This record gives sequence, C-alpha cells and structure tokens, in this order.
Amino acid sequence: MFRKLSIAAALAAASVGVAFAQPAAAPPNDAQIAHIAYTAGVIDIAAANQALQKSTNPQVRAFAEEMVRDHKAVNDKALALVQQLHVTPQDNPTSQALTAAANQKLAADASLTGHAYDVAYVENEVAYHKTVNGALASTLIPDAQNAQLKALLQTGLKLFQMHQAHAEQLAASLK
Amino acid sequence: MRSLWLTAVLAAVSALVAAAPPAKVYQVVIDNLAFGPAPAVVHVGDTVRWVNDDLFLHSATASDHSFDLTLQPKGSGGVVMKRAGVISYICRYHPGMKGQIVVRK
Repeated sequence: MFRKLSIAAALAAASVGVAFAQPAAAPPNDAQIAHIAYTAGVIDIAAANQALQKSTNPQVRAFAEEMVRDHKAVNDKALALVQQLHVTPQDNPTSQALTAAANQKLAADASLTGHAYDVAYVENEVAYHKTVNGALASTLIPDAQNAQLKALLQTGLKLFQMHQAHAEQLAASLK
Repeated sequence: MRSLWLTAVLAAVSALVAAAPPAKVYQVVIDNLAFGPAPAVVHVGDTVRWVNDDLFLHSATASDHSFDLTLQPKGSGGVVMKRAGVISYICRYHPGMKGQIVVRK
C-alpha cells in the first residue's frame, strides 16, 4: 500500500500536473516495469526532438541531443534484455498516464517560441527527471524481480540523476 | 672497420635509451558512468588512454583545456601528457563524472 501510494504521489508530482488513477492492484510486475521505463525514455526523446526542432540555443540543443542519445542507448539495451529474457513489455495505467501527460505537455509547448520555449522545456526536464528518478528509486527498482532488469534500472537511475543535475545547471543559466 | 662503426652506433643508441626511459601507456576504463582508477604514476611523455566500456557517449575533457577526447561507446582515445601537474577532467556530457591525473617530470 505504501509503495503504491508513493508511486502515485511521485507521478502526480509531475510538472504536467495531470492526475491519473492508479488502480489499487499488486505492485507492477517486470513486464510492466520494463514498459514504464521504456515509455519514460520514449517520452524524453520526443520532448528532445521537439526541442531540436524549436530551439536555437546551442546549450539547449546540446542537452536535447544528449537526451536523445542517452535515452536511446538505455532503451536499446532494455529491448535487447527483454528479448533475451523472453518478456513482452506490458502496457499499464502508469505508462498510459505518463504518455497522456507528456502529449499534453508537447502540445502546450508547441505554441511557445524562443527563450520562453527554452525555459519551459528545460524546467520540465528538471521536473520530469526528478519524477522518474523518484519512481525508479521508490518503486520500480525495489519491485523489479529479475536481477538484470534491476541492474539496468539502477544504471538508468544513475544516468537520469546526471541528466537532472545537467538540466538544473542549464535551467539556472537560462534565468 | 664495419664492426667498429656498428659498435659506435650501438653505444650511441644504448646511451639514448638510458637517458630517456621508454614512454608508457596507461589505461583508464570508463564503466557505469564513472572513470576508473587513475594510474598511480604518470610521467611527462607517457600516454593515458581512456577505454569507454559504457553504453553511453563520453568525453575526457581537461579543465585546463590540455585535452578533450570524445569517446564513443566501446571506443577509446589517448593523449600524451606534455607537462607535469595535477590535471582534473570531467565528461563534458555528464559533468558528474570526474577524474584526475597526476603527471610527474
């Protein structure tokens, strides 16, 4: 129950502020955890691709390129791992809620330009990485059963913490 | 006559070798978003080679701008240490990754 509450709380804290129902069910299984982690990467790549279309700030663009490169590397590794383990990632309410919230954010940011867009993108990157890192540390890593999946999630957490720090530095420099 | 000349050349070569110990190559392995341990002793003229065993693109970027190597995943790159001192370096993509090389004369 506590864990269930903590992931709901972590995800509700996302900057997009979209509340979504988390059914009172068992903790996520490995197939769902893999899906959530993969989805979180896809979302960040989509946000970075939007930034590469819209931003002209070299630092923001370099950060976005790093997000595309690093999240793709983790997701490629995750895909190889689920194939090796014969696990089919399983869609679930958390993945769906993350995707819905991210699409709303992409649509909202589409109307912004210049400095306003850069600030919105980078501040959301801080909040988004913070949220995903909270979910990884409090729920996804502890709940993962397979040791290789757990290890990959731990690498993901270390990487995303660095991304969060980088986004925080960048956000400060944009002020 | 020829053997005298050869002896002279050999003597000269061995004197040179004695004067300058051969340069060495040291490795720093990058894995799981961290630089591995630095070699204990590096002298001017030695090479430090970074081997990126990680999934991610990294760099070895000196804070004194003396080197800036881009290191592809599973790739490597090296640089000859040209002056003595303590050289701090980071990964420019993941600034939380930090390392240090101590170079002696």
